Amino acid sequence: MQAFHPKTLDEALAAAADGATPLAGGTDLMVEVNFGKRRPEMVVGLRRIAELREWERSRIGSGVTWRRVERDGPRAYAQAARTVGSPQIRNAATIGGNLGTASPAGDGHPFLAAVDASIEIASTSGRRLVPWYEFFTGPKQNALQPGELITAVVLPERLPERHEFGKVGVRNAMVISTVCCVVTRDTEGSTTVALGSVGPTPIRVPAAEEMISAEPSPSDSALGEFARLVSEGVRPITDHRSTEEYRRHAAGVLARRLLERCLA
Amino acid sequence: MTVNGQPVSAEVEPRTLLVHFLREDLRLTGTHVGCETGYCGACTVHVDGEPVKSCTMFAVQADGANVTTIEGIASNGDLHPVQEGFWERHGLQCGYCTPGMIMSSVALLSKNDRPSEEEIRHGIEGNLCRCTGYHNIVQAVQFAAARMRGEEPPAADWEGGE
Ligand SMILES: Cc1cc2nc3c(=O)[nH]c(=O)nc-3n(C[C@H](O)[C@H](O)[C@H](O)COP(=O)(O)OP(=O)(O)OC[C@H]3O[C@@H](n4cnc5c(N)ncnc54)[C@H](O)[C@@H]3O)c2cc1C
Ligand code: FES
Ligand code: FES
Repeated sequence: MQAFHPKTLDEALAAAADGATPLAGGTDLMVEVNFGKRRPEMVVGLRRIAELREWERSRIGSGVTWRRVERDGPRAYAQAARTVGSPQIRNAATIGGNLGTASPAGDGHPFLAAVDASIEIASTSGRRLVPWYEFFTGPKQNALQPGELITAVVLPERLPERHEFGKVGVRNAMVISTVCCVVTRDTEGSTTVALGSVGPTPIRVPAAEEMISAEPSPSDSALGEFARLVSEGVRPITDHRSTEEYRRHAAGVLARRLLERCLA
Repeated sequence: MTVNGQPVSAEVEPRTLLVHFLREDLRLTGTHVGCETGYCGACTVHVDGEPVKSCTMFAVQADGANVTTIEGIASNGDLHPVQEGFWERHGLQCGYCTPGMIMSSVALLSKNDRPSEEEIRHGIEGNLCRCTGYHNIVQAVQFAAARMRGEEPPAADWEGGE
């Protein structure tokens, strides 16, 4: 195995064009390497590239760690960051690596989906901006082409007034989500709800969003209907972490709770 | 890289993990290795002052960095207050998780000199202990926090009382 640790993005892009596997915090990749599931012949380390760690307002470099998002990110993104792994993981793990892995359970994804973020991708031939719903293409699959690197996450200039993240897992600390969710609500009532771990990719639930956006001050029964529509709208599977039924139920309960926090 | 204040340099295979470099090349075997998947935290060391899991990092990634291991936290033969806390408050049994647990606790206390129980639990959530239980470990960290503030540590919850 060969390893490069360049200081500039251009060098990293050249290495990626030659087929090198990007290595950011290593918290996903190294686990696979240690288990022999992946044997990259060439690795390009991204940690020394200052440009990828830049954070200018709504453009967050892919090399920003969860630790920094926990400290400096917008509320729901910071809440999600706080639940990623443990302090040691958050110090190393990056938002770009979370997207590179594109796990259906990635805790960073619901926020990006809820606020309609885009992912900035670069290669030796240029940059492109991909909306989140085109970026995630399946479980652990994304729109990256060979030779491309994720350079940043681009949030909208203005975020909704309120946004809240929540996660359900089997224990309180260091847990992969059974369901994770972000609800946003803006001043005039427009609401979005995005969930992870309940489908092959992060998903929004338009039926629930439309229904509740039309309610300026939702009654108890409106909240109940919102929860029902969320449960109905998700597409969970049964796996070793949970069952389809439980995930459906938990998705509705969690979304309602987060909406209530946005309304409080 | 610098390890516990000493400059070290070596030629290693690019795929050598930092934890193996520390244990095998430098013979610093205080850092333990358990799961190699980033879960257990036994391999926690500080890289440039921040706790990380040395099993999910290649040694070459720490090139030029400042690494501190469990061997590097005592000064001049005096135990670090966190080490003392684990000793005084029975924060270990088999000792497997202990070096990592201590490194996470030291990092926590460097940022927060008066952590609540909840903050301590959040600070060590990346370290699994299979035998002592977190109860005594929390007390060990509270002991150390008090010592580091120059105060008398709180009594252990099994002292005094009935
Ligand atoms: C103990 C433990 C607990 C965890 N808990 C959580 C959790 O609670 N929630 C959660 O969401 N995740 C969790 N994870 C998974 C992981 O920490 C996150 O997905 C993290 O964000 C990955 O980032 P990284 O920088 O470490 O990625 P790496 O491991 O470096 O890379 C991951 C993948 O992305 C690719 N990649 C990295 N950077 C780029 C880039 N810039 N462009 C293109 N491709 C890139 C790599 O080639 C690799 O395929 C956990 C992992 C561990 C080990
Ligand atoms: S050996 Fe590194 S976390 Fe378990
Ligand atoms: S003391 Fe044995 S695992 Fe913690």
